Amino acid sequence: MSDVTAEELMAVTASRLLADHKVVFAGVGMPLLASAVARHRQAPHLTIVLEGGIIGTTLLPGKLPISTNEMRAAYGAQMLTDITDIFLYAQRGYFDYGFLGAAQVDMYGNINTSVIGSMERPRVRLPGSGGANDIISLCNEVLIVTQHEPRRFVERVDFITSPGYLSGGDSRARAGLACGRLGAVVTDLALLDFEPGSRRMRLRGLQAGVTVAQVREQTGFDLLVGDDIEELVPPSAEELAIYRELRDGPAAAGTERPGSERPGSERPGSERPDSERDAAAETAVGAGERADRVPAGPA
Amino acid sequence: MEQITVLAARAEREAAGRPVVDKRMTAEDAIALIHDGDHVAIGGTLYSRTPMALVFALLRQRRRHLTVSRPLACYEIELFLATGALDRIVTSWVGIGLPWGLAPVFRHYVERGEARYDEWSHLAMGLRYKAGAMGVPFLPSLTMLGSDLAGTLGLQTVDCPYTGEELAAVPALNPDVALIHAHRADMFGNVQVDGYRHMDADMAKAARTVIVSAERIVSPEEIAAGPAQTMLPHFAVDAVVAAPHGSYPHECYGLYGPDFAHFTAYAAATREQGPAGALRYVEENVDGHAGFAGFIAAAGPERLAELAADAGELMGR
Repeated sequence: MSDVTAEELMAVTASRLLADHKVVFAGVGMPLLASAVARHRQAPHLTIVLEGGIIGTTLLPGKLPISTNEMRAAYGAQMLTDITDIFLYAQRGYFDYGFLGAAQVDMYGNINTSVIGSMERPRVRLPGSGGANDIISLCNEVLIVTQHEPRRFVERVDFITSPGYLSGGDSRARAGLACGRLGAVVTDLALLDFEPGSRRMRLRGLQAGVTVAQVREQTGFDLLVGDDIEELVPPSAEELAIYRELRDGPAAAGTERPGSERPGSERPGSERPDSERDAAAETAVGAGERADRVPAGPA
Repeated sequence: MEQITVLAARAEREAAGRPVVDKRMTAEDAIALIHDGDHVAIGGTLYSRTPMALVFALLRQRRRHLTVSRPLACYEIELFLATGALDRIVTSWVGIGLPWGLAPVFRHYVERGEARYDEWSHLAMGLRYKAGAMGVPFLPSLTMLGSDLAGTLGLQTVDCPYTGEELAAVPALNPDVALIHAHRADMFGNVQVDGYRHMDADMAKAARTVIVSAERIVSPEEIAAGPAQTMLPHFAVDAVVAAPHGSYPHECYGLYGPDFAHFTAYAAATREQGPAGALRYVEENVDGHAGFAGFIAAAGPERLAELAADAGELMGR
């Protein structure tokens, strides 16, 4: 499994969290791809909803959308409607999962995709919320998938674009966000959740071969550690084959991505972006999702 | 935020005429309905069904002090900024997509405080147009509560008079002008679209003046043959502009895909040159042609055929 990229590891791990006969509101990129993997394995009746007004998309392997508002995102859909309608289904309580990426997330699950620095004097003005604020506010359970790095896992975000548990405890409910809870955070190192009382992020599982110390080292705040830490099962050959076929198309499965006019495909999948510019660029997605090899756009 | 009252917005609508007349006109004549300082709502989303022929016609006029709102804003917003037309952006997201990185021209103006970006959530944008379309001053919602967006915008809450629950009071938005691109329209302004509808119907109904461009101008009989596809009735539309490939280089559902290579060339130019790159883009692609048809001709039949084939593959053609 040495050839498994961080993206593949995260997407496969996250895909296992999605149960059959549920509805998932997925951001584009890794959340969408993980949802599609789940549909091909344990959750054939999982309905994937995208903010562009798309219900029940199936995706054409090798033709993944960059935006959730484009034709490729609508491939095989059961219903096409408008954007506001999609979010009102979420507000009504139809969506079991909201599935997001996060360029910057804090110990309470708050996400920032608005600004580095202050709003008055922005160092970098980021693209903005897109649908992420609504997804985290309105879906029944929110899942987050992102790479595990100190600059992503910060003690407090500069700006709460999308509210998690705010300042912990019951502060989310007190702010009027009666619905929605944050479930799991999946990374290339670990599986995390939020401790019920304090609502602080808590380590629950480790990817194969990863230690608690390594996770702590890559986390920019004091991480709670659960009592029974499970070791996560590495991606199976079947899971990887499904993922790669979706990403690359049937002919290219298991090989390098074929040449394409689509920008971004030249970026090596295993490389960890380390400059601030890259960090900011990854928030150039409405729902804050990222993926090095998976084209991504606003949620 | 400045708000128009329900009665004021409605009074304008009541007083407006609703003649069933031929509303076809050139893009230039339609854009003359837009004035300096107006709030212009741009239909479609990101790079889907953007009314690009109308956007180009507006860019050509170099209006000043505009506010532009959109569900998700693509690089057209940078073209308005670089030509000095735009004071304020009202949207939930600005960029093209992850592969193209952050929008450098947008950053240039907003980070220097030379343009204002009112960032709402995506649903809040939808509810703002919907409230405007419904003729009510706000809509209650569970979204945006607790976030720093709410505080930055001065978003108010309201207590439900029946249950006592606290809800966000998302204020109505009534743009001066809405620009919409559609698949088909008849001369009277009955407008049909295929596929997802973005926020177009609410945006148009909320607006004071509605300009629609269409891939094809069709007969009223063709509209009546498929009335379920009609998104806007004639009395909600003021101007109809014929615009084949009117969303290019953005996509138009079922007809043609987005031209990613075009985006990449633009992104490279603005990454290197900043606002000057965006200005050069306008000079070459907008000012450099007599009209939008010239821009489409410059794209070339081969490229357009490729984009049509991309759409065809996804439509099972």
